[in-house]
Amino acid sequence: MDDLAFYIFAAISVGSAFGVVVSQNIVRTALFLLGTLGGVAGLYFLLDANLIAVIQLIVYAGGTLILIVFGIMLTSKSPWAEFKPPKGQIVLAALVGLLMFIGITSLTLSGDVNWAARATKTPLATSPKVAEAGEALLTTYLVPFEVASVLLLVVMIGAAYLAKTEK
Amino acid sequence: MASITLPWVQRDTEKLSNYRERAIRLLAIIALAHIPIILGAWLLLDPLSTKPADLQDWKVLLVPPLCLGSIGGMLLFAGAAFAIYAYELIGRVLSAPWVAFVIFIGAIFGIVIGVWLHAEILMTVQRDWMPAKETSVIPVVGIEYDHTVQSIYQNNLAGKSVDFPLIGAISIDTPILAYLMFPLQFPLIRDLVGVGGIIGFISLIPGFGIWWERKVAGRIQSRMGPMRAGGWHGWAQSAADGIKLAFKEDYVPPGGDGLLFRLAPYITFIPPICAFIALPFATAWVFRDLDVALIFILAMLGIEVMGVILAGWASNNKWSVYGAMREACQMVSYEIPMGMALLIPVMTAGSLSLTGIAEAQSGGFWTWFVFVNPWCFLAFFLYYVASLASCKRAPFDLPESESELVAGFLTEYSGFRWSMFFFGEYVAMYVVCGLAAILFLGGWMSPFPASSAEWFIAQANIENGMLQTLVKSLLAANPIWFILKATFLFFVQLWIRWTLPRIRIDQVLYACVQVLLPATMVVLLCNTVWTLGVSENGLNLGWLIALDGIINKILAAAGLLTLLGIVGIAAYGYRNNKKLVGWLAVDQLPGK
Repeated sequence: MDDLAFYIFAAISVGSAFGVVVSQNIVRTALFLLGTLGGVAGLYFLLDANLIAVIQLIVYAGGTLILIVFGIMLTSKSPWAEFKPPKGQIVLAALVGLLMFIGITSLTLSGDVNWAARATKTPLATSPKVAEAGEALLTTYLVPFEVASVLLLVVMIGAAYLAKTEK
Repeated sequence: MASITLPWVQRDTEKLSNYRERAIRLLAIIALAHIPIILGAWLLLDPLSTKPADLQDWKVLLVPPLCLGSIGGMLLFAGAAFAIYAYELIGRVLSAPWVAFVIFIGAIFGIVIGVWLHAEILMTVQRDWMPAKETSVIPVVGIEYDHTVQSIYQNNLAGKSVDFPLIGAISIDTPILAYLMFPLQFPLIRDLVGVGGIIGFISLIPGFGIWWERKVAGRIQSRMGPMRAGGWHGWAQSAADGIKLAFKEDYVPPGGDGLLFRLAPYITFIPPICAFIALPFATAWVFRDLDVALIFILAMLGIEVMGVILAGWASNNKWSVYGAMREACQMVSYEIPMGMALLIPVMTAGSLSLTGIAEAQSGGFWTWFVFVNPWCFLAFFLYYVASLASCKRAPFDLPESESELVAGFLTEYSGFRWSMFFFGEYVAMYVVCGLAAILFLGGWMSPFPASSAEWFIAQANIENGMLQTLVKSLLAANPIWFILKATFLFFVQLWIRWTLPRIRIDQVLYACVQVLLPATMVVLLCNTVWTLGVSENGLNLGWLIALDGIINKILAAAGLLTLLGIVGIAAYGYRNNKKLVGWLAVDQLPGK
């Protein structure tokens, strides 16, 4: 049953990711991105990582994606903005993608990392509950957490500065 | 007046009655044709036999469709034949006001009892059906299962499952019940049954909500609202509307993006339904008791906006795009105060699971979070205002403001796709009201703790056993309380829509960024201090122990001042109730 669900979510993610790359209409691209993010969230749910799945949905699917679409609608010049990169870029992107693919698959298939040993830890037994995750963030990983929040603050101040009207 | 003689309107009475007779005859023959099927199936399957050898698992595939299905089919066709035969009489009976009222009330009670039985059976299966030592295997597919029909019947697993609150346990113990309960041992089937229950409840909400909204609108505007469809106060209005909408033309603007235009209603409609996956109705009455239920529901409400934006964009119509832009603006900004206001009960309960938060409020209405401290009291109203904006309800219904934008993002939509947006909107309204009920109003807890039932019974001198059980079950935590509270908040949303005027988009953003957001931040901060300072288990901060008394006094003073402030603001608002709109309208135009 879990296998079937895995294949469904994987098919949604990969199919929509392909759509993101191939589609030329920029709003459709955003829609496909929603499919990818949702599919990956589904995979997280299957792994019983509820917190990450839900954060994925609320931050990326519910927040970032809407901001992207909002930005497109505000900035595009014509209603049907086409997305046509030059051929050189397509070749370059395809090369980079191919390299990544070869790298990841060779790493997965080679015996360097013992995936089977890692997989024996069942997600159900080890997945942290929300309270534990929160406690870890505010004790063990406090410095990275604070650095990330300072970074976000800087970004926000920068955005406010850029958006300020000249006087 | 000349009679209209259109060829297709002319009524050939002789032909018509001829058709009627033929239809009745046909239906009666079909109904009678079921009898040999029933008899044959009965002889072959013998579903009432209690001999162990006769209780075979393969019969599960045949007993429900052949025995029950053919009996049901026979009754259906016979009923249809009777309805055509006696339609005049039936029509006269149905149009009497009290009959419609009885149907309406009966439908509500029937649905409640149906849902209750549903939950009761599912809970019994999960609780009582222990995994057996030996498992059986379905031959071709290879799925293992624990309980054969024989063991279900012999261990009385099916019969025990029905336990009525007033009548007591009824042991309906026929092999047919064992056949019907057999599939429920598979988790997938149980999930499907649960999804069926959710979808059933969800399809009730818009049907009832739209009719109710029209009645409320009518009453507030000193008229009656829909009165015709169905008889009693137009109770069938939503059904009539639904049928009308389903038969309308499905128009897709040729200049727009057809794919996105067709897809957008689904993206608006599905996320609010998904929110019901994690929304508990009572302790065990939840499809999946997620530990992150609250964030999950918020995420689902956030994704819903995507559909509205796509709808506006794909319509290729300036009014639609204006509506979509307003929606995007409004949603992205109101999500922040809404999420922060929801953090306050989470912090007070110390749990992110909705079940846990509701359990923390089980001691009567004075332990509900809305009354537990002044900051939660404020947070409830802040959340409610933000939730109005997130459901695009008045006074924040700018995305579809009829008076300025034709219909906003809905301009190009018609027929069934249009109605899907409304389904989504009403379901989302119910979800935010349900959240408010769980987080602030005690969820499925009754206003008085369950232990007070004895006291009530002693005071009122109730000696009748049934009445005593009734009082006890009313005061126990149960889904009725949740539905009542959520429905009341839903009603307040309707009430506000027909009372307050729509505000302008710059006022919407001003209200969010400069009023709601700072207010929520202050309340959040104060609640943090309050929760740390006045904990039920005494003080839980080491360095505060020395200052216990002083801090309690300071907090009490701060709380008192806030309460006085709330009363003062309310009094100010009441005295200046005519001026508020004018005050909001001052100097907020973008050019100034």
